[in-house]
Amino acid sequence: MKKLRSKIYLIIIMAFLYLPIIYLIAYSFNDGKTSVWKGFTLKWYTALFNDAQIMGSLYNTLIVAILASVIATILGTLAAIGIYNFKGGMRSALQNVSNIPIINPEIVTGVSLMLLFSFAGVMMGFEMGFWTVLLAHIGFCTPYVILNVTPRIRQMDSSLYEAALDLGCSPVQAFFKVVLHELLPGILSGFLISFTYSLDDFVITYFTRGSRFQTLPIQIYTMTHQRINPKANALSALLFIVVVVILIISNFASLKKSKEAAR
Amino acid sequence: MKQNAVVSLKDINFKYSNEVILNNISLDIYDKEFITLLGPSGCGKTTTLRVIAGFEMPQSGEVYFEGEKINDVPPHKRSVNTVFQKYALFPHLNVFDNVAFGLKLKKMSKSEIEQKVKQMLAVVDLKGYEKRPVRALSGGQQQRVAIARALVCDPKVVLLDEPLGALDLKLRKDMQIELKQLQQKTQKTFVYVTHDQEEALTMSDRVCVMNNGVIAQIGTPEDIYNEPANAFVADFIGEANIINGIMLEDCKVRLLGAELDCVDKGFEKNQPVDVVIRPEDVEVVAPDQAKLNGVVEDVIFKGVHFEISVRCQNCLWLIHSTVSQKVGEKIGIRVDPFNIHIMEKMFLNPTNDITTEVYYSDKENNTTTIRLEGVEVTIPDTFYEEGKRIKICLPPDALYIAGDGVGHLDEVYIESVIWKGEHNEIILESDERKWIMQSDIDEQVATYVPLCFDFKKAEISEVSADEK
Amino acid sequence: MKSKRPAIPYIGWMLVFTIVPLVMVFYYAFTDSKGHFSLEPFRNASVYSEVFLYSLWIALISTLICLVLAYPLAFSISRCSERGQSMIVMFLMVPMWMNFLLRIYAWVLILQNYGPLDMILKTFGVDVTLIGNSGAVIVGMVYEFLPFMILPLHAVMGKIDSSLIEAAQDLGCNGFYVFRKVILPLSVPGIISGVTMVFVPTASTFLVAQYLGGTQFMIGDVIERVFQSDHNTGSAIAVVLMVVILGFLVFMNRFGDKEAVNG
Repeated sequence: MKKLRSKIYLIIIMAFLYLPIIYLIAYSFNDGKTSVWKGFTLKWYTALFNDAQIMGSLYNTLIVAILASVIATILGTLAAIGIYNFKGGMRSALQNVSNIPIINPEIVTGVSLMLLFSFAGVMMGFEMGFWTVLLAHIGFCTPYVILNVTPRIRQMDSSLYEAALDLGCSPVQAFFKVVLHELLPGILSGFLISFTYSLDDFVITYFTRGSRFQTLPIQIYTMTHQRINPKANALSALLFIVVVVILIISNFASLKKSKEAAR
Repeated sequence: MKQNAVVSLKDINFKYSNEVILNNISLDIYDKEFITLLGPSGCGKTTTLRVIAGFEMPQSGEVYFEGEKINDVPPHKRSVNTVFQKYALFPHLNVFDNVAFGLKLKKMSKSEIEQKVKQMLAVVDLKGYEKRPVRALSGGQQQRVAIARALVCDPKVVLLDEPLGALDLKLRKDMQIELKQLQQKTQKTFVYVTHDQEEALTMSDRVCVMNNGVIAQIGTPEDIYNEPANAFVADFIGEANIINGIMLEDCKVRLLGAELDCVDKGFEKNQPVDVVIRPEDVEVVAPDQAKLNGVVEDVIFKGVHFEISVRCQNCLWLIHSTVSQKVGEKIGIRVDPFNIHIMEKMFLNPTNDITTEVYYSDKENNTTTIRLEGVEVTIPDTFYEEGKRIKICLPPDALYIAGDGVGHLDEVYIESVIWKGEHNEIILESDERKWIMQSDIDEQVATYVPLCFDFKKAEISEVSADEK
Repeated sequence: MKSKRPAIPYIGWMLVFTIVPLVMVFYYAFTDSKGHFSLEPFRNASVYSEVFLYSLWIALISTLICLVLAYPLAFSISRCSERGQSMIVMFLMVPMWMNFLLRIYAWVLILQNYGPLDMILKTFGVDVTLIGNSGAVIVGMVYEFLPFMILPLHAVMGKIDSSLIEAAQDLGCNGFYVFRKVILPLSVPGIISGVTMVFVPTASTFLVAQYLGGTQFMIGDVIERVFQSDHNTGSAIAVVLMVVILGFLVFMNRFGDKEAVNG
């Protein structure tokens, strides 16, 4: 009885979470612009792929996400190690400052970076665009890398590093031959989180992109802001499929890994 | 067996954020010997090992390797190898690659590496385990891999940091013998760290007993057991009855009211001393045949002998005997003179004396306040005028550890706890001095506690200003 | 591995891209358009105090609804088998990975006039405007942030040992008492992080109200609007928002510590 009740409740919540998305996807196949069903079509998809602007912003988004997450991963991993070696007050101060972009409302981070970039732009003669967006994305991704790597450092048996030195590794060799392997799960999850956050970011990109640089979330904004646009539905459907596929793959990978570990 | 020192430590001082870990350690480690650093946790034995390995930099003092100073040589350039406490095997590599790790760095040829690793795995009884992931090995096997990994690099000196600590008792005993044989077979110098005195006595050529960052005694296992240098060593190695005594003259000591013959000389007249008697050295005789009498309180059968607890006045003696006794029976206790070991007290003064100026006094409430290591301490029911010099003698039983966590002095370090037959004698160290305390509670060595004074038991007197 | 040096690049980074921008926000907030010290921006910002309170109100209501919806769900998830739990958690995460503008856009489609919900209600003779009011904004917020409440609650509740509940029952607790004396105190950390993770972004979000609220603006929208013309007033609002959010975080932390001591 109790089981059944909680099952029904779970189904209701899932329906609440999924029905809007399903509705959105269903209407990407609707041959009409309103909510009245006018027959099946794929024309919004062809329109989507033929829209050079959307394809251009997709490209921009991917480039920014790849660069930002790679740089943030390197910067953040090094920072996590360095900060971990500080002691007491200095360490917690650095950690707190590093967490500011996570804690602070996104919009405040966005406007503060806009102030910096527009000021620096006037001083040094550049306009906001790809580079400022990239810098901003690195800025909000790095703390997530640090948050994911630090626990691995804490868990790591520090004698592993010492053992590597003891057997003749220089500190740099010891890092690449031993420490990196130990931190890898944290580094990878930090990288993945950075990548997805960068792909998905609207608010901070909105304030740092200048007037011409477009990313996919910005494109979605211009497509959907105060109007109905079935192309956005089509885009949702595609994004949704990509997300589901990525999640299934990563789930399978972790499942396989845990099975291997069990063996 | 006098040989050249491979590793020499000279006046090593090591501090970790103001805490003294090693206090002027000097130690010679000879070629091909099995030496054990033995002591309770927090005594500095592991730090000494890490100084030799190069993981810790002493603040002062020199480390020599075959006569050359190696203070500034980083760990990866020292030809010593370490077996770590929890083995520290690289989890992402299999057995072969773990053992081959050091050789690969030396840029040896593949075939040479293969041959050496195989040979070494055979030595540690792990033939055929090459491809196994290290996670899949048992504790004892991981241990062997760790030893093989260190030995295959062919170091002059192998450092072992409590390598058997994680194993169960049976396996530990087997591994002790194996390690000793391995050391003899490979003809390498082993520096072994442990807190297990039995392990130390079983395996070592020499034992170095450490306490509180200093070396208490170095010697062969026999020396250390039979001739402990002080009450700490006697207490730490094996079991011992340690009792307060007074040296009356050469070869005569007063113990629990009885005058006993002994063989030690050179003490001052009426000097308070620690008397150490091993339980197996006590003879049980008829009450009228001995100077000391006691009542049997407890008898436990231990397989090879009986462990008999005898109350002699207020003092509880531990006796090992092959003959059982009846509980409640009165017996005589006799000890041969050469089995009575007399030791200088570790804490020379029998009381804790404080000479200081009165910082503040309150006539109305009849209190006197002094400053002690920067803290104001108020003595109740005592009045001396401000500025007067007073001397406070606190006997050991006037000190106690605050149960509620708030003491007169906070964060006082417990240096040693020794059972003295009727109570524990505890030596504590605060910021500026040491204290001696008596307690019935078994405090934990190397911890920090809040210390309190019971001034009702103190003797307070005024001293003239010019008296120091 | 023992060195603090790897942190140096990121410390420099934080200085330039975290500290300096925030200092600039504060600088603008306390100066007038000519760069003189002035409290003028705050006086100008006070015009928006009603919007501010409205935002906090919306955030509070949304957070409470999320908590009420999520708490029983999180508990029943935490009593599932391990496999079931990770399946459900994955299903909860999928919608979170959709772009947040598209998710809000889905609700625009559902709630719009002559949209599906409107039509259904009309057939029952109910004629109400579903979009363009606070209710729609709250629905959007709850939809957006419900997973952020469920996941931390589940993380904490999953760690409550079943034997604790059994022990309480064994000692004579009835269902309500078990909840009051065991489950609730132990789940406080989850409640705190869930409330924080929902309240902070809802209070500061922008665009949701623009999509669903009609003329009802929230403080995030105001900051964006004002910043287009007046950096000083915009900065002042951002400062107030930051201070309020910080105060809220400190309050939640204190609350958590106190609970931890009492519980």
